[in-house]
Amino acid sequence: MARHERPLSPFMQYRWLYSNTLSILHRLTGILLSGGFLLLVYWLVAAARGPESYERALSCFASIPMQVVLAGVLWSWCYHFLNGIRHLCWDVGIGFEPGIARASGWAVAIASLVLTAVLWLVLQGGPGGAA
Amino acid sequence: MSLESPLGRVLGLGSAKEGSRHWYAQRLSAIAVAILGIWFFVALAGLDGVALDRVRAWLDSPLAATLLLLLISTLAWHTILGLQVVIEDYVGSRGLRLALLIGMKFALVLAAAAGAIAVLRLALGVPA
Repeated sequence: MARHERPLSPFMQYRWLYSNTLSILHRLTGILLSGGFLLLVYWLVAAARGPESYERALSCFASIPMQVVLAGVLWSWCYHFLNGIRHLCWDVGIGFEPGIARASGWAVAIASLVLTAVLWLVLQGGPGGAA
Repeated sequence: MSLESPLGRVLGLGSAKEGSRHWYAQRLSAIAVAILGIWFFVALAGLDGVALDRVRAWLDSPLAATLLLLLISTLAWHTILGLQVVIEDYVGSRGLRLALLIGMKFALVLAAAAGAIAVLRLALGVPA
């Protein structure tokens, strides 16, 4: 069988637009959330293992680097959640018009930051699994 | 519900070799994760801190334990479907792609199983 040098994904060939940024952010946050899933599992496993390992997990989550990671995971969830709803609307044919898609893109970007800030403040009672 | 055309159904595979199954499952799991995710953050906010006794008391409720189990399994499912697309799009070498796909799926199912056992232990009050 002949082998052809074909690009797997044409993302390198397009002009940079707001829509590519939002689209690649959806993938990027999705990949980050895979790590967030492992943190959620770690939190639960530590809790099931008893007080000592749970204390270790909580102090690990409370460290500055992990707080940064948790904030990143929280924002990733907010963005992926909101932009995912945008994608689901597109899938049923709603909001495809360029003007509306542009406006909803900006709305998602801003709302994700607001939602992250709100959730972060609400969850300050203690660092949980994904937040 | 099927999105495949009659011809597509006869051929069965399509270019992705699995018809629209992946596309549909990605959306179905997205809706599940979105709903369960909202519940999770609302529940977490209602916990008022994540001290171990609070987490235990929370998961003492069969509803919370059930929903957390569903969150873990649908999250793993949605993550597998998403990472599968990322690997298929960006990894060119067939051997490496297959190895990454298998390794990624094994790792996520392992994580989901560990999380599920942890939730069950907490919910059923198994001593640590």
